[in-house]
Amino acid sequence: MNHISMDAVRAAEERAWSTPLADLAPADPQLFKDDAHWAYFERLRKEDPIHFTRDSEFGPYWSITKYKDIMAVDTNHKVFSSLSTLGGISIRDQRADFPLPMFIAMDPPVHDAQRKVVSPIVAPGNLAILEQTIRERAETILDGLPRGETFDWVDRVSIELTTQMLATLFDFPFHDRRKLTRWSDVATTIAGPGGLVETEEQRQAELRECAGYFMGLWNQRVNAPPTTDLISMLAHGESTRNMTPQEFLGNLILLIVGGNDTTRNSLTGSLYAFSKFPQEYQKLRANPALLDSAIPEIIRWQTPLAHMRRTAVADIEIGGKHIKAGDKVIMWYVSGNRDEEVIENPNALIVDRARPRQHLSFGFGVHRCVGNRSRGTPRCR
Amino acid sequence: MPKVTFIEHNGTAHTVEAANGDSLMRAAVDNNVPGIDGDCGGECACATCHVYVEAAWWDKVGGRTETEETMLSFAAATKDNSRLCCQITMSDALDGIVVHTPDGQH
Repeated sequence: MNHISMDAVRAAEERAWSTPLADLAPADPQLFKDDAHWAYFERLRKEDPIHFTRDSEFGPYWSITKYKDIMAVDTNHKVFSSLSTLGGISIRDQRADFPLPMFIAMDPPVHDAQRKVVSPIVAPGNLAILEQTIRERAETILDGLPRGETFDWVDRVSIELTTQMLATLFDFPFHDRRKLTRWSDVATTIAGPGGLVETEEQRQAELRECAGYFMGLWNQRVNAPPTTDLISMLAHGESTRNMTPQEFLGNLILLIVGGNDTTRNSLTGSLYAFSKFPQEYQKLRANPALLDSAIPEIIRWQTPLAHMRRTAVADIEIGGKHIKAGDKVIMWYVSGNRDEEVIENPNALIVDRARPRQHLSFGFGVHRCVGNRSRGTPRCR
Repeated sequence: MPKVTFIEHNGTAHTVEAANGDSLMRAAVDNNVPGIDGDCGGECACATCHVYVEAAWWDKVGGRTETEETMLSFAAATKDNSRLCCQITMSDALDGIVVHTPDGQH
């Protein structure tokens, strides 16, 4: 587990305020590892809310750091494209030699058609059916935790619970469920020595194994009557049943990562948040009805996805800055969620906030998180 | 001020005042009407202020924009009389309007 070093945080804070503005580059993985990115965004929100970084390991990029500007970019999908062939939705460009087309990295109208196929699985009716299963599994996991000794919450609770959920949604063989965790991690990691995967080749090989496994499930489901699991929905859906193998893999990865990584982060973040704000935990214990607001508040405060990326397809002026067609634009949700102009006392976790769902963690507009119903509501508690 | 009535899924009615020029979503949120979330603050970007407009008022509320059509298409349990109420602007002509909220916005 990562240990947060206060020295690293202080050194980064110092750098955040002393670096010449033009050289400020918030997209530095080490900053996030050290939990030292906050000061960078605080300065950008104050001094240069729409900020251009000329050079970085990800190339040049714009940083959008304030809530309202992020909203403006997120809702303008005609100018700010998600298209994978333009680079996709992550600051690291989608690789041209291993394209993973998925609906989150498409623009309307193809995006809209494919999204509609999977959205019924997270519709209120279907979530209600799953609720009992989710509760029972959560209880079993929590009851099985060791007492009076140190253990790994991320592995025993966050990963286990989200992976079980995902296996249920896919009707994926339960005994193989940790494969889902692995594929999710591999899909989002940057390959490198000492990393989760050493090379890009290894990454792609593992993802091909994922595709093969799911192809087997697809073949089973396509030849059976339609059911309510995600694979069956894709196999029988009007807009998805003729997907190419790469498109199938892309959308699978999207659903695996979307259902795995993010929820793992907020489940872990909740424990961390309550350790930092014990009085809020007491408030919640005294009044469990506050879960309705505590859950979205944790999702805001922790911000499971730090950023989303778009590519401008036309010149546009925003906040006095001229963004050119072809520019890479990063919406820093992690910064917008701490924008004091929109969210009062944003650095504090407040479980009974007046408008807790006013946050950017699900994004806004046509790409708004399809699972927001399953995550943002107490159905999942 | 003109009035608007929101009827919850369980039948509970809430009649509140809405200033001319304000959206129905704003009137609901400002008066703590349950069943309307309005997460995006009225940008037509989250589809959490979904309502069903009573037939008598349908022609008076105006049409949906392209953006509203798209966002509604991602919402659950939409019907022919579905609207996002952040896109309905209050006016004297809408005084007394009745809308129903769905089972859930999420």
